[in-house]
Amino acid sequence: MSAHLGNDYSTNEMMTVAAARNLGNGSVCFVGIGLPSKAANLARLTHAPEVVLIYESGPIGAKPSVLPLSIGDGELAETADTVVPTGEIFRYWLQGGRIDVGFLGAAQVDKYGNINTTVIGDYHKPKVRLPGAGGAPEIAGSAKKVLIILKQSHRTFVEKLAFITSVGHGEGGEHRKQLGLPGAGPVAIITDLCIMEPEEGTNEFVVTSLHPGVAREQVIENTGWQIRFADNVAVTEAPRAEELEALRALEARTAAAHGQLGGEE
Amino acid sequence: MAELLMLREAVERFVQNGDTVALEGFTHLIPTAAAHEIVRQNKQDLTLVRMTPDLVYDLLIGAGCAKKLIFSWGGNPGVGSLHRLRDAVEKGWPRALEIEEHSHADLANAYVAGASGLPFAVLRAYAGSDLPKVNPLIKSVTCPFTGEVLAAVPSVRPDVTVIHAQRADRKGNVLIRGILGVQKEAALAAKRCIVTVEEIVDDLQAPMNACVLPTWALTAVCLVPGGAHPSYAHGYYERDNRFYQAWDPIARDRDAFTAWIDTHIRGTTDFAAYRAKIAQQQEAN
Repeated sequence: MSAHLGNDYSTNEMMTVAAARNLGNGSVCFVGIGLPSKAANLARLTHAPEVVLIYESGPIGAKPSVLPLSIGDGELAETADTVVPTGEIFRYWLQGGRIDVGFLGAAQVDKYGNINTTVIGDYHKPKVRLPGAGGAPEIAGSAKKVLIILKQSHRTFVEKLAFITSVGHGEGGEHRKQLGLPGAGPVAIITDLCIMEPEEGTNEFVVTSLHPGVAREQVIENTGWQIRFADNVAVTEAPRAEELEALRALEARTAAAHGQLGGEE
Repeated sequence: MAELLMLREAVERFVQNGDTVALEGFTHLIPTAAAHEIVRQNKQDLTLVRMTPDLVYDLLIGAGCAKKLIFSWGGNPGVGSLHRLRDAVEKGWPRALEIEEHSHADLANAYVAGASGLPFAVLRAYAGSDLPKVNPLIKSVTCPFTGEVLAAVPSVRPDVTVIHAQRADRKGNVLIRGILGVQKEAALAAKRCIVTVEEIVDDLQAPMNACVLPTWALTAVCLVPGGAHPSYAHGYYERDNRFYQAWDPIARDRDAFTAWIDTHIRGTTDFAAYRAKIAQQQEAN
């Protein structure tokens, strides 16, 4: 459960709403399961009705009324404009340069927006074995830009990743360009506390917006590196009534359909 | 021409110890019944290929059938970890498991290359990722026209692929609907292909452009209603999300897991008997 800020909305709801706002109407979005899927569908149900949602299992233009539990739920196929083979999704649509936004979750990120979803500890003698890459490395590489959504803590925002599964800005600066990756990389990390964006030049993620009621100290305490703040830190607009209503209705429909929520809580 | 066979006979004849085996189905049409039959027949030393190992490979790994796993995302979707996979990787139980790890785009391309009869796949991938450091089979190739350096990965060409589909006709032509994943590519990349189906009909009634695998490209077709449970078969039954959740405590504990497969798989003659046993237990609860 997430903490409630006042009695109006939870920190998780703030995170999902803030992430959803980053998705422009009409953009073509390659969606990961869990939090990205929840935020992307919230965008579709609020300010971005024309957003095109693509899932790696093959649906293009999915319009689910409930959140999928798996990346290949039947609901995604039934509501899609078309369903194509998974190989085609990665070959024509992603590698072909037709994805505007890659929307990813992560187990861990570092200050350059690199993502670990593979292992904690040594790869060959893991402390914790995570699921692995899935579609993320190539989404992170080839989508025109990337949004990352995850809850913020010392364990998730780390100084050095045990394993770089998917590349953000690499070692910072121009490194991503030198690697020859086609997309611009991550443009925002949205958490339950704040929004971070890459700083011009260094491409290090700095805090650009604090969610309402969140103090700088909280962000500092929950970041494994010496987090920096932009010169002008905004306060994130609190969730509007229609955003909360749409999100809660989506979650209620999902719980009724699956007996569980379609996003990592 | 595919033979219409009982699943038991198809597995006996076409899955050999030491084979490279792909049971594909991307959260949809996962060939669970075939995995059960492989456990029942105690096939050994298998190299398992599958983008998302899911419960089917958790089962095969925990039952000791696998010596190696080639995969790209290993979790219990919507629930958490695959505990038998983790136990094998972290503790070597019930036997050491070699893992060869890729990304989805890599394996999807590798199946396409396999179906295309090519030795490797080429894709724009992995620059800056640590995966090539732990998987020496991820190499690079330079484009002879532009000089661009691209990833090169070996194609997947299983000895045998097993997929599940909605229906076949009496000649053994197979129709797949809904999420297609890499089922078609995996089927065509393999030396032998077994397809389990929900029903066998006189006429497939396949619309133009439907995904049909012609009988002459397949080895065996087996009637196994419900054979994709706990995953789903579009148009037949829904994903059993509760089973995925119930699997977590079973798989978490070695003894609980062993007892479960002894009772439910080794203790049943076939998938129909397994389903009857599950139904009986649900009634008792």
